[in-house]
Amino acid sequence: MSSRITRDEAAHVARLARLRFSDDELDELAAQLSAVLDHAADVEALDVTDIEATSHPHPLVNVTRPDELRPSLDRNEVLSQAPSVDDGQFRVPPILGETP
Amino acid sequence: MSAAGSVREQALPAGWELVVGLEVHVELSTATKLFCGCANRFGDEPNTNVCPVCLGLPGSLPVANASAVESAMSLGRALGCEVRGAVFARKNYFYPDMPKDYQISQYDQPTNIDGRLELPDGRTVGIERAHIEEDTGKTTHIGGGGRIHDADHALVDYNRAGVPLVEIVSRPDIRTAEEARAFVRELRAILLAVGASDARMEEGSMRVDANVSVRPAGSDELRTRCEIKNLSSLRSLGRAIAYEAQRHVGLWSGGERPRQETRHWDEANGRTTPGRSKEDADDYRYFQDPDLVPLSPTPEVVAAIDAALPPLPAARRAALIEDCGAELSAVDAAVLVERDQDALVRAAVAAGAPPALTATRVCNDLAVEDWSKVTPQLLAELMAMESAGQVTATQAKQLMAEMADSGEAPAAIAERRGFKAMATDDLDTILQRVIADNGDAWDRYCAGDENERKKLAGFLTGQVMRATRGQADGSAVNRLLQEKVDRN
Repeated sequence: MSSRITRDEAAHVARLARLRFSDDELDELAAQLSAVLDHAADVEALDVTDIEATSHPHPLVNVTRPDELRPSLDRNEVLSQAPSVDDGQFRVPPILGETP
Repeated sequence: MSAAGSVREQALPAGWELVVGLEVHVELSTATKLFCGCANRFGDEPNTNVCPVCLGLPGSLPVANASAVESAMSLGRALGCEVRGAVFARKNYFYPDMPKDYQISQYDQPTNIDGRLELPDGRTVGIERAHIEEDTGKTTHIGGGGRIHDADHALVDYNRAGVPLVEIVSRPDIRTAEEARAFVRELRAILLAVGASDARMEEGSMRVDANVSVRPAGSDELRTRCEIKNLSSLRSLGRAIAYEAQRHVGLWSGGERPRQETRHWDEANGRTTPGRSKEDADDYRYFQDPDLVPLSPTPEVVAAIDAALPPLPAARRAALIEDCGAELSAVDAAVLVERDQDALVRAAVAAGAPPALTATRVCNDLAVEDWSKVTPQLLAELMAMESAGQVTATQAKQLMAEMADSGEAPAAIAERRGFKAMATDDLDTILQRVIADNGDAWDRYCAGDENERKKLAGFLTGQVMRATRGQADGSAVNRLLQEKVDRN
């Protein structure tokens, strides 16, 4: 069976997820991802004409909360978890590129 | 904006047509964020309105804000959209403005689809969708003179992360820069009417991106588009569209083609500069957010939203024109509705004011700043005085200003100030004298064609005005002149 995912595609997805793999690993992952897609294709091939679509495993819709203020966290507590802080803000390395 | 400016903006070389679609992000005016109870408030100390949900801490769970959902649906209905069942999806990307590394949005099943927005001139722009999503945090680039690429580091404030947004996506139905501005103005009026947002471009609660392309006039193809960001005013929007359209025409004409990309508007230099190449939607790896269940508004919910919708600007303009007659131009009607003066004019008309005159006077009166003391009754009285020739147009204008200031009845002010239009008999006597003194002009007036008459009527009326020190009613003088010619 031909692989649905090429090594280049696996590398592209890995890059989007900021993961680094060796070529051997990419080949292995491409095969595994292809198997997942094969499974999806098997499901897709079923006749589901009379089965109602489920868009969520829970039989729930319209779960909302009232628009009421709740206490936020203490800023010092929040920032104490950050590797670097400046002027009440999270300090991060220079960002290459723009906001997507 | 000057008329000359808009003409220049719209002038594409012959044979080319502009094609623009807009994407408008508006922040909803809720008390709290979209998925947590932190305050949705502009201008607070950085990182004071944050909690585990909007910081994306492990184990936290989002719950949709009922008011935000309702607001988004009201806006959808106001734009004539179908409000449907919707699911929230994760848009995955790495950027420090979203601590979760994904933004919760709606993708293939948005809340609102297939609407339309009617511009004041009657043209309609299609609305593809209006979906709900969360805003991102605010990053400030430090060092390198504020330029992204030279920055030393960046600071991040998550107060804005998770603030509810609606993104309104228009169809590529816009054909001129002025139309793009009219679209944004009208959308803003609708947002204010339904109370969904304060829609302030300068504060960032309304952000506009423009998708611009060009095509040979008369074709219906859609050519490569560029998405222009960083448009912080209506002026920038118009200028950026005009610039970008010219750039595309230049490329196509020279045998090249534009690249599909995001571009930034550089206000200072009046040009767009390339940003990143547009990513494929696939790269965002959208998938349904398993932490959130679908929204499924019942027909009853949609009916209740419809019932609660206030009169919208287009309907208010139509009602005003209906009350005031076809003499009221679409432009004046739009101005009155935009300034929230349509109710005053309609109530004055209902109280007996002459419709067209009243609408024109209120629309053109820039001297009055505060109209709160001008009741429909007072306005109706003043307009009746003017249309009956009891006071001149100039006097009526002064009365309007004083009336707005004091709330006093116009008749009382006119009496105290000795305002009255000159009685027709007196006016006639003066006019006869002016004619006698300017026999040559009078003869030419009687013999002249329409243009000539217009010119000489102006001259003769001016002489009467001089003789009466402005107390004469110009339109009455014109009427008398006409009568005299008819009798000749």
